[in-house]
Amino acid sequence: MLTDIVQLVLNGIMAGAILAAPAIGFTAIYAVLRFPNFAVASHATIGAFAGYCANVWLGLPLLPSAVVAFLVAGIVGVTSDSLVLRPLRSAGLITTTIASVALTIALENLVRLGFGNALRNYDLPIMRDWRFGGIRVGPQQLEDLAISAAAVAALFTFLAFTRLGKAMRAVADNPTLAAIKGIDADRIARIVNFIAMGLAGLGGMLLGLDTSIDPLTGFRAILAIFAAAVVGGLGSIPGAVVGALTVGVAEELSQLVLPSDYRTVVGFIAILLVLSFRPRGILGARAY
Amino acid sequence: MIAYLTAMAISAGIYALLALGVNLTWGMAGMVNLGLAGFFAVGGYVSAMLTKAGVAIPLGIAAGALAAAATGAGVALITARLRADYLAIVTLGFSESVRIAAANEIWLTNGSDGIAGIPGPWRGTLPPQQFNLVFLIIVVAVLIVTFVLLQRLVHSPFGRVLRAIRDDEDVAGVAGKYVLAFKVKAFAVGAAVLGVAGALYAHETSFVAPDLFAPLLTLNIILALVAGGVGNNAGAVIGAVLIVVLLEGTRFIAPLLPFLAPAQIAAVRELLVSGLLLVILRVLPAGIVPEKIST
Repeated sequence: MLTDIVQLVLNGIMAGAILAAPAIGFTAIYAVLRFPNFAVASHATIGAFAGYCANVWLGLPLLPSAVVAFLVAGIVGVTSDSLVLRPLRSAGLITTTIASVALTIALENLVRLGFGNALRNYDLPIMRDWRFGGIRVGPQQLEDLAISAAAVAALFTFLAFTRLGKAMRAVADNPTLAAIKGIDADRIARIVNFIAMGLAGLGGMLLGLDTSIDPLTGFRAILAIFAAAVVGGLGSIPGAVVGALTVGVAEELSQLVLPSDYRTVVGFIAILLVLSFRPRGILGARAY
Repeated sequence: MIAYLTAMAISAGIYALLALGVNLTWGMAGMVNLGLAGFFAVGGYVSAMLTKAGVAIPLGIAAGALAAAATGAGVALITARLRADYLAIVTLGFSESVRIAAANEIWLTNGSDGIAGIPGPWRGTLPPQQFNLVFLIIVVAVLIVTFVLLQRLVHSPFGRVLRAIRDDEDVAGVAGKYVLAFKVKAFAVGAAVLGVAGALYAHETSFVAPDLFAPLLTLNIILALVAGGVGNNAGAVIGAVLIVVLLEGTRFIAPLLPFLAPAQIAAVRELLVSGLLLVILRVLPAGIVPEKIST
């Protein structure tokens, strides 16, 4: 029983580490542009398929494929935002949110048009799980964790030490003041979209590495992504990491008492609990 | 051909009911509902299970509406204090949770196989063609009653307070209105209308299954409402009719694109719907029938 729990917690931490990438993307867009962007779902799918093309069609190894996933999803993110969502932002929060839902369904169906609904697998060497006592660890999962952690660490370095990172935090903190100081809000919005959707794409690929991908890969993860962001504090990037780990572990531990199909519902319950008792989330709304 | 047109008119009526239900919460009270498929499912399942157990159909529909209203009130209670963006997240999560629960609680809902053989009014005694015609009359009657009631609600003091809350919650609160109670009531009434639509749907097709309540339905209804004009009941009905005609129209693209697989055809149809929604949001944000703001 104890080893079961340790195993589940360990699985949860690895799942949560993967979830952290798209959750950061979602929360970063919320922090800077102030709306929940449902399009992270389709960008996760786009990243998963971009990584698939790089890995299977071009025969690239895992790491360069992950870079491709990040770049393609990031570029699509900047393009779709400036073409579709940016002109609607002045119409208000609800309009932009609904437009992001329509956008995510449109992009998901573009992927479906190109690739169909078939499940696809990455071309990865099959590795035996490592065993420590009764605990199993997959080398692939560790690699996913390392990639996700590296991306998150790079983002934190960027936010903490570069001029652009500081400008981003300034806009998230107080857009009016940032504008007075001469920070170009449109430029910041483009950079945020690039990084956030890139992270979503990377996360989408990592989600599919263990199993398989299809056009719904991103949408299936959307509740867990929202839950991670809300539990940590919507708009807080460290919060998204804490929230993702919490949701990951909670989803795994729930298997002790619930059938595994209910994993998605765990995210929803986590959202309800946090909103009822601590609406600003574990770390509160500070962006950084 | 007549059978096809009748079936289309029935779905237009059900879509119109859904658009009216969403319009009450979103158009009037400013609370977005991205989980309408969930309330639709609650109404459909409750009425299906009760009537299969022998309850009369009108009672089943009423129970479905009540169940949807109760869940709607619960969702609103948790989120009404928060900003609209949280409501978008929670309602979407709600509908997904309903779908997953319906797929897994096999003892209650028969899982993903769904519930078949749901009774319909005079289904056994009438030939199918006439059954559809009778059902169309029932749907239209329900639609007219709902429309008139909601229209009266718009002009009642209750409707006025809802619009005040939508436009400025704090001002409504300062004016002595208990904002939370109004929001919960509005959400419950809206959800009840969605539940009625779900129950009617279940009795028409005699079949409910979790996959019928996918998020795409939500997008279709929101498109209907945005096209017709948010905040306007007439606009909601007109938008619903237009969207059903459009959805049926996209069926005819399949023969034009014979080189595409069925999944790809479905993708093209969904692309058209979501693309159209984006275009309408851009060029016609107030819809075909804009809300009249009385001064």
